[in-house]
Amino acid sequence: MTTILPIDQMIDTAKGTISRDIFVSPEFHREELEKLFTRAWLFVGHESQIPNPGDFFVSRMGEESVILCRDTKGSVHVFLNSCRHRGMKVCRYESGNTSLFVCPYHSWSYTTDGKLQGVPLYRVLYEGQLDRSEWSLIETPKLHLYKGTVWASWDPEAPDFMTYLGEAVDHLDQVLDCRDGRPGGSEVIGIHKWILPTNWKFAAENFLGDTYHNPSHRSVDMIGIGPSARAGQTGRRDNEYNKGQHVWVSYPQGHGVHSVWMPEEFDYQAGYQQYPIVDEYFRHCFQERKKRLGDKARIMPFTGNLFPNTSYHGRQPRGLCVWHPHSPTETEAWRFFLVDADAPAEVKDVLRRFYMRYSGPAGMTEQDDMENWLYATKASTGTIARRYPFNYQQSMGAYKHNDPIPGDVSVQITEQNARNYYDVYARYLKGDGWESLLGRGEAARQAAE
Amino acid sequence: MTRRNTLAWFALKQEIEDFLYMEADLLDQRMFREWLDLLAEDLVYFMPIRRNVKFGQHAEKENTRQGEGISWFDEDKWTLGKRVEQILTGVHYAEEPLSRVTHMVSNVRLLEVSPSPEDATGVVVGSRFLVYQNRVEYETNIFVGRRIDTLRRNGDSWLIARRELILEQNVLLAKNLSILF
Repeated sequence: MTTILPIDQMIDTAKGTISRDIFVSPEFHREELEKLFTRAWLFVGHESQIPNPGDFFVSRMGEESVILCRDTKGSVHVFLNSCRHRGMKVCRYESGNTSLFVCPYHSWSYTTDGKLQGVPLYRVLYEGQLDRSEWSLIETPKLHLYKGTVWASWDPEAPDFMTYLGEAVDHLDQVLDCRDGRPGGSEVIGIHKWILPTNWKFAAENFLGDTYHNPSHRSVDMIGIGPSARAGQTGRRDNEYNKGQHVWVSYPQGHGVHSVWMPEEFDYQAGYQQYPIVDEYFRHCFQERKKRLGDKARIMPFTGNLFPNTSYHGRQPRGLCVWHPHSPTETEAWRFFLVDADAPAEVKDVLRRFYMRYSGPAGMTEQDDMENWLYATKASTGTIARRYPFNYQQSMGAYKHNDPIPGDVSVQITEQNARNYYDVYARYLKGDGWESLLGRGEAARQAAE
Repeated sequence: MTRRNTLAWFALKQEIEDFLYMEADLLDQRMFREWLDLLAEDLVYFMPIRRNVKFGQHAEKENTRQGEGISWFDEDKWTLGKRVEQILTGVHYAEEPLSRVTHMVSNVRLLEVSPSPEDATGVVVGSRFLVYQNRVEYETNIFVGRRIDTLRRNGDSWLIARRELILEQNVLLAKNLSILF
C-alpha cells in the first residue's frame, strides 16, 4: 500500500528532522484516522468503572464514541456508539447501568452484549428481510484486560496486546500495580475531559520522554506544589529518586518512557511531609515493594507514552491520559486518575488533592504545557513556517540496547524516544504489516546491515 | 422565617452585592493578593465536574462531590495562595502574559441569613457568573455558571468561607482554568 504523502522525506529521523505538516495538515489527520487509529491498540477505560453486570462507560477511540460495557453475564465489550439503522448514538450518558441500549431515533434496542433485540414493528415491516443476528452493535474485534485497564483495537489482525506492549510492560506495571508491588489493584477516582487547540501528538510526545521541556514548569518548581510543599519544600513533587539514574527508553512498537533506574541499594526517601500517616504508608509500601519485586523494584517511573496516544504519570501524580484527535489542530484530552483501591482514605485524599493541583486544565503544572502546545500548533500552520521542519537532533545515537534495562536506553535527555515514535508512526501511515509495526522488520533490516 | 421585604433585608442585600462586585473588581484589576485577603482561612473552593446523566439521576450523579474523587477545583486557601504566587512569578506561561478578564456577577439572591438581616454575621448568597477571558491575541473563553457563596462577617466587610462554582459545561471547552473565579 502506498500513500499520497512523501512520508520518508517528511519524517527523516536519520537526519533528525520532521515536517510541521504532520502536526497541522488535514491530510495527515485523515491518514492517521484511517491507518493508525483503526489498527493500534487504544486505551478505552478501567474495570473499576464497570464493576457490575450491565455497567457501562462511554469512551472514545480516535475520533469516535465507543461504549465500554460489562454484559449481564459479566463479559467486557467495546462497541461503536452508533445505531446500525441510522447511526444515532445509542448511549449519551457518560456511565451507568442498563439492560438495554435503546436508540432515541427509531427505538432499535441492543442488549448489553451488543445484540440487536428490539426493532419496532418488526413483523409488519421487516419479517423475512432483516436478520437481527447480523445487525449487532459494531464491536472491536480485539479486546484485552490488563491489570484493570481495558484496551481495544479495530484490527482483527492486530497482535495480542502483550506483544504490542512488549518490554514497555515493566514501566506500565509501575503505574498499574499497587504501591507495595502487588499486581494490579488500582481504581479510577475521577476523569478530566477537556479540549485543547493543539495537535494530539504534541501531548503524546511530551509524555514520551521530553524531559527537555522542564524549564516551562519553572513557576511550580519555584513555589512548590508537591506533596511536601506545605512543609516548605519547593519543586512540583517529592524527590523520591535522588540517587537513581534517569533513563529514557524506547521500544520497537513505538512506546517511550522516562523512568529512573535505582542503584542496587536504595532507601525510602521521606515524602508527604505534614502527612505522617501518608508518609508512613508509602514507607511501608516501599519496603514491601522491594521484597516483592526484587531487582524490578529498581524501576521507578516518571512518564511514558504507549503508542500512539495513551500517556501516563507513574507516581506523583499517577494516572493515564488519552489524547483523542478531533482535527489536525484540536484534541480532546481524557485523564484517568488512579489510586490503590485499598489505600487508606487519608492517603487517597492527599493524593487526589495533589493530582488536582498538578494535572489537567486546572493543574498548576500542566497549564503551562497546554499553553506551549497551543502556540506550537498555531505557529506551525503558516505557509512559511511549514517550509521549515522541526529539529529532532537531540542526543542522536546516544543510547545503548538493553543496558541496563530492556529497550533502547539513553542515560541523558534525548529525543531518541520521539525519533523512534515517528519512525513507527510513519510505518503505520505507509500501511505496513504488523511485523514492521512491531519493529521486527526494522530489527531484521538492521541485523542484516 | 426571615421577612424579605424589610429595609434591613434590602440593606444587607445591597451590602453583599457591593462586596461581590468589589471582589470581582479586585480579580479583574489583578489585585490577587488583596483578593486573597477576602478569603477565610478555612475556605472551601469547589468547582465540580458536570456529567451527562439519565433523567432522575441528577441530584445523585450529575456533579462530582466535594471531598471525593476529582473535580475541577476542590481546594483550600493555601492552594489558592499557591495559584496567586505562581502567577506572580512572572514565568507561569499559561498566565504570562496575563489574560484580560472580566467577571460579571448577577442574579444575586440571599439564600440564608443568620442570625437576622439586622445583625447578620453569616449569609449564603446565590449568584450567576459570566467570566470573559481573552489572552494573548485571539484566545477567548467564556465561562458561565452559578455560584453559591458562604460569607462571614469580618468587621465592616466580609470573608468568603465557601465558594461553590457550578460551571455549565461537561467536557471543558477551554484549554485551561488558569484564572480565578
